[in-house]
Amino acid sequence: MSAVPKHENYDVVVIGAGPAGLAAAEMTAGFALSTLLLDENAGPGGQVWRAINSTPVKSEALLGSDYWSGAEIAKAARDSGAEIIHRATVWSLDRNLEIGVSVGGGSAFIKAKRVIIATGAQERPFPIPGWTLPGVMTAGAAQTMLKSSGLVPDCPTVLAGQGPLLWLLAAQILRLGGRIDHILDTTPRANYIAALPHAFAFFTSPYFGKGLAMMREVRAKVRVTSGVTELAASGNGKLESVTYVAGGKRETLPAELLLLHQGVVPNVNLAMAAGVEHRWNELQLCWTPVLDAFGNSSIAGIAIAGDGAGIGGAQAAVWRGRAAAGSAIKAARSNAKVSDVSPQLRRAERGRAFLDVLFQPAKQFRIPQGDTIVCRCEEITAKDVLDSVAIGATGPNQLKAYRRTGMGPCQGRLCGLTVTELMAEARGKTPQEIGYYRLRAPVKPIMLSELASLPKNDEATKAVVRG
Amino acid sequence: MSQLRDWTLVDVIIIGGGIHGCSTALHLCLAGLKPVLIEKDYAGRHASGVNAGGVRQLARDVAEIPLSIRSMGIWENIADLVDDDCGFESHGQVLVAENEAELADFRARVADLNARGFTHEELIDGAELRRLVPAVAESCPGGVVSRRDGAAQPARTTAAFRRKAEQLGAIIHEGVPATNIRKDGKLWRVDVGSERYAAPALVNAAGAWAGHISAELYEGVAVETIAPMLMITSPVPHFIDPVVILRGRKLSFKQFKNGTVLIGGGHLATPYKELNETVLDWRKLAESARTVFELFAVMRSATIVRAWAGIEARMPDDIPVFGPSAVHEGLYHQFGFSAHGFQLGPGAGAVMAELIAHGGTQTPIGGLNISRFSKPTPSATA
Repeated sequence: MSAVPKHENYDVVVIGAGPAGLAAAEMTAGFALSTLLLDENAGPGGQVWRAINSTPVKSEALLGSDYWSGAEIAKAARDSGAEIIHRATVWSLDRNLEIGVSVGGGSAFIKAKRVIIATGAQERPFPIPGWTLPGVMTAGAAQTMLKSSGLVPDCPTVLAGQGPLLWLLAAQILRLGGRIDHILDTTPRANYIAALPHAFAFFTSPYFGKGLAMMREVRAKVRVTSGVTELAASGNGKLESVTYVAGGKRETLPAELLLLHQGVVPNVNLAMAAGVEHRWNELQLCWTPVLDAFGNSSIAGIAIAGDGAGIGGAQAAVWRGRAAAGSAIKAARSNAKVSDVSPQLRRAERGRAFLDVLFQPAKQFRIPQGDTIVCRCEEITAKDVLDSVAIGATGPNQLKAYRRTGMGPCQGRLCGLTVTELMAEARGKTPQEIGYYRLRAPVKPIMLSELASLPKNDEATKAVVRG
Repeated sequence: MSQLRDWTLVDVIIIGGGIHGCSTALHLCLAGLKPVLIEKDYAGRHASGVNAGGVRQLARDVAEIPLSIRSMGIWENIADLVDDDCGFESHGQVLVAENEAELADFRARVADLNARGFTHEELIDGAELRRLVPAVAESCPGGVVSRRDGAAQPARTTAAFRRKAEQLGAIIHEGVPATNIRKDGKLWRVDVGSERYAAPALVNAAGAWAGHISAELYEGVAVETIAPMLMITSPVPHFIDPVVILRGRKLSFKQFKNGTVLIGGGHLATPYKELNETVLDWRKLAESARTVFELFAVMRSATIVRAWAGIEARMPDDIPVFGPSAVHEGLYHQFGFSAHGFQLGPGAGAVMAELIAHGGTQTPIGGLNISRFSKPTPSATA
C-alpha cells in the first residue's frame, strides 16, 4: 500500500474498495491495465465488508458467511497488481476524468482513461420528529461501530424501520451480546400484497433462505411490533422515549438509544458532481444514474458499479464491478478476451424487485410534516420548506436561496431526497420534474491549507507526485 | 395586453431572467408597461444566482460609475422595492494595496475620480486598513475603501426581483427558450414554445447567450463566455466585516454572518454553455487558497466545503453593453457585465425602463453603448 499515487496517469482509476471496486480493480489489473484503487477507509471492504482485514470480531458465525466472503475478494484485489491506496478521499472528479484526491494531508491530481465509480450506498434519511436528538442514530452508524470495534448497545435500545439491513444488524447485535428492547417494523402492510407478483423470483433467490432464517433468529429474542405507522423520538436534550402507533394504538417506550433504518440509496454525490445524468427511480424512490448494461454513464469514460448504480446488494455489486471492468478492458484492448458476466449479474439481481417493493418506505416516513427537521445542517423544518414553496421556490436549487438547504457540510446527503419529495408533493409534480441539488466539488471538504499547498503548475505537480 | 390573432401583444419582451432582466421587468411594471420575461432555465440559474454577491462601487471603470451610483441608491432601500432585504449588508468594500507601488497607483486613481466629481472611493493608510480589516497581513501599506458598499445574497435577490415583477403584472416564462426572434414592421415577434409574443420593444438581457441573439439580429459583438469560480469555507470565528479585494493577485473575500467565508476573485472555470455546466480549474483555485493563506493567517485551519462557477458574458473591454441598439429601433441591450454586473442590476433595470418608457435617462450611460464596437452590419429587416 503506497502513501500517494505513484503516477499521474492511469488506464483505470476505481473509486471505492467495496465489493464492486475490489472486483473491478482486480480484473482490470489482471488484464495488465494500470489500475489505481482509491478508498477512503483504513482497509478494504466498503460498508458491507467493513474492516474485513481488521475486525476484532473474528468468529465467523457472529458476522455471517456473507461478510467473510469479502476477505477472498479483498485478497484477490491485493494480489492483482492494482495500486491500492486507503485513507484516500476523492474530492473531485470532472468530465475530463481529472481526479482530485487527498491522501495523508496532501492533495494530488490524477488523470484516468477510465473511471469506475464504486462509492456504494448511504442510508436513506429517516426524518421523524426528534430524529436529531442525541441518542438517535442510524443503524448503519451502529453497524460501523460493531464491525470496526465490536461495540454493541447495552442501554435501553429500540430499533425502528425496515429492510434487510435492519434485520441483519439486529441479528449481529444480539449475537455479540448487545441489547435490543424492541423492534418497531415500519414496513407498510400494503407492501406485502404489492410485492407478491415478484415473490417467485425472490423465493428462488439466494436472499430468501438467509433472510427468513435471520428474521426468525431475531424474533425469537426480541419483541417485534409490525405495522408501525407513526414514529417519534422525544426527550429533554437527549432521547428519553420513543412513541409509535401500530394498529391505531399509540404506545410510548422508554429508550436511551434509537437506531433508525429504512433502507439504503445510491451515494450520488461524486457522480452527480462529475455531471453524470441521473433519473428518479420510481421503484427504489431515489436517484439512480442512467447506465448501459456495463455501467457506462452519460459521460464518456465514467462507469458506475455497485450500489451506486442502483441498490442491488453485495453479490450484484461484485458482478457489476466485473461488467464495468470488462467494458474498460475492451475499450483499452479491443482484442482482449473478456467473458460475459451478464448471466451471473442477472442471477445476483434476482429477487431484488421483491425487496424493492416490499421495503418501499411509507410516505409519512419519507415526507415529514410541520416542525420535523428536514435539513440538519441549517435546522430547516418541513414547514419552512413548504413556506418557501408558497412564496416561489420551485425546486431544491431555488430553495437554497430561501433556506440554505443543501449548502451545509453534508451537501444534501441528509436532506436531499426529503427535499425533492417534499417539494414534489407540495407542487403536484414528480420528483423527476422537481430535480435535485446541483452538487459541487469538493464532494468531501478539504482543508484550505491542503489546497493552498498544491503544486503551482504541471511541472511542480510532476516534481511532487514523482518525488 | 391584447390578442393579435394568436399573438399576445405586450409592451416589452425581455430575454433573460438574470438580475438584469428581472430588474428591468420590475421597473417597466412600475412605469406602467406590460413586459414578458422569457428565461430558458429559471430566473437566477446562472451568474445572477451564483455570483459572489458583491455590492460594489469600488474599483469600477469610469464609464459605469454613474450607473453603479444610481444602483447603490436603490440597494440602500432594496426592501422598499422588492419586499425583501435581499440579505444586503453594508460594511464597505476595501481594496487592499499589497505594496507601496500599488498604493501609489490607488492614490492617483482616487485623485482622478475626485477630479471627475466622484467621491465614493477614499484612500486609506495602513492604520485605517488594519482598523477595517484587522486580520490583514502587516506588509500591506494601505488601500481604498468605498464605505457604502457591501454584499447581498444573489439567488435570493434575483428571486425577489422576479417575484415582485410578477406581482406587478410581468408575465414570466421559465424553462422554455425564446426562439424565432424577428422584427415585423414596428413589432418584435418571439416564440416561446407554443406561445407567441409581439411588442414594440425587445430587451436582450441574455447574459452569456446574448451574443447569439445580437448576432441573429445582425448586430453581432464579441461576447466571450466566462465562468468565474468561487469557493466557500466552513465557519470560522468572526474576523472581518467589509468585503476585501486585491488588485495584483486575483482575490475577493467576504465573511458571512454564519462565519463561512466566500473566496472569489475571477479565476475562471471552463464553461460548457450548451450543457449548463462548468468544469472547475482546481489549480487556479489553489492559487486563491494560497493567497488567502498568506494574507489571513486566521483562515489556515478552515476547510473548503464547496466550489462552483456561474456562466456569464464578458466583453473585450470588460464593461457592459447597455442602451439602445445602433441598428434597430425598439431593440435594447443589457448584457456583457463582465463578472461585475450584480450590483448594477437594480439601477440598470431602472435606467432601462426610463429609456423604453421615456426615450431617455438622466443617468450618463454613453460609454456603454454598443456602437463603441466595430461598425454593425446592415440590418436585413431594415
